[in-house]
Amino acid sequence: MARTVWDSSVGKKTVMAVSGLIMLLYLVVHMIGNLKIFFGAGEFNHYAHWLRTIGEPFMHYEWTLWLIRVVLVVAVVAHAVSAYQLSRRDIRARPSKYVHRKPKVTYATRTMRWGGIILGLFIVWHILDLTTGTVHSGGFQPGHPYQNVVDTFSTWYGDVIYIVAMLALGLHVRHGFWSAAQTLGAGSRTRDRALKTVANVLALLLTAGFIAVPVGVMTGVVS
Amino acid sequence: MKLTLRVWRQRDADAEGAMSPYEVDGISSDMSFLEMLDVLNEQLILAGEDPVAFDHDCREGICGACSLVINGDAHGPERTTTCQLHMRSFKDGDTIDIEPWRAAAFPVIKDLVVDRSAFDRIIQAGGYITAPTGAAPEAHATPVPKPDADFAFEHAECIGCGACVAACPNGAAMLFTSAKVNHLNVLPQGAPERETRVLDMVAQMDEEGFGGCTLAGECATACPKGIPLVSITSMNKEWLRATRKVAKR
Repeated sequence: MARTVWDSSVGKKTVMAVSGLIMLLYLVVHMIGNLKIFFGAGEFNHYAHWLRTIGEPFMHYEWTLWLIRVVLVVAVVAHAVSAYQLSRRDIRARPSKYVHRKPKVTYATRTMRWGGIILGLFIVWHILDLTTGTVHSGGFQPGHPYQNVVDTFSTWYGDVIYIVAMLALGLHVRHGFWSAAQTLGAGSRTRDRALKTVANVLALLLTAGFIAVPVGVMTGVVS
Repeated sequence: MKLTLRVWRQRDADAEGAMSPYEVDGISSDMSFLEMLDVLNEQLILAGEDPVAFDHDCREGICGACSLVINGDAHGPERTTTCQLHMRSFKDGDTIDIEPWRAAAFPVIKDLVVDRSAFDRIIQAGGYITAPTGAAPEAHATPVPKPDADFAFEHAECIGCGACVAACPNGAAMLFTSAKVNHLNVLPQGAPERETRVLDMVAQMDEEGFGGCTLAGECATACPKGIPLVSITSMNKEWLRATRKVAKR
């Protein structure tokens, strides 16, 4: 069955839909967690520490966190590999363009591919910046996420990278959520408007919720 | 009407093609688009030139043979087939670009004619029922609920012209394949092969080198028969159901 799914273009889209929904669920949780930054360093740092102790005493320190990380890495890789293979197929299937170019709205296809690449690069930067601290501006302090976040968003490039990526995220989720529903066969004529509304609301809430943090730092609400 | 046409000319499958300009005069706005091309071809034959090759058959909008991309739109600016498009949709002095369907799975044979036998092979993979047929059976012998009959008929309207493939930025045949799958899968006559039909037809579609669906929606906009985009969603659902069922066997 796994073979059938992976070998088929419809099956590979299913892989994209499921992995996308897993990442989307994570993003909602992540966004809500981020908002704790508006309640001060104490609450934010406490929340960050709690993430490492989820499931204790059944789980050892950081086990749950690592479990989530593994699931996310699998989802990101599955999503990206399917996207790459499907895009290759799509480009091969349409080798010559029409001479008459319409100002065509291939919005979905184009922003999904470019947006996906932007988001992939962003994830790498984001982890190197705020998880490992490898490319962090100033002194990265493990265990002090509040200060680290403030440091990042005190640089102009930190703000630019983050805000551009979050706008790309909004567009990606907007088409992606609705598409995932179609791929999984959950769409229908009567449900179409509801699905589109949910996609738009999700995209808007996620983008606004994430961008609130750098805006908070820039305006001095968070310092 | 006096028009400038820019037509894709390609001697054969292996030759390089290019857009060639032609002038046509005395076109009536009541002519169909194909009649306008007939005028051009008469003109070319009289001048001793090779007429433009294009597919056409019924000229009634029901056979699916005509296949032109007109100014970047499959079947032109109206939601109908090229044969049912009339010159009143254009203005005197217009320049009109005429190109063949573009997709790797639809190679150009000559000028505006493409090879659409990939569609036939998708049908051969499962777009039929194997029940023996004879004379038309008594209509009440197999009851079909009205909503199912309507759903089947809506998809049975597909004439297999390939406009969906031509319009799709990925050269995908999802709308065509979904129309054919849904048409039979919802009916009791199609039930015995419900799973193998969708699995085999999708596999053949992939095999032919069509692209995948990114839900851009261009296919449903171009379809002269109004097959809706949600048809693809229904096929995805059928495919997932069939994959689960077959795995359990």
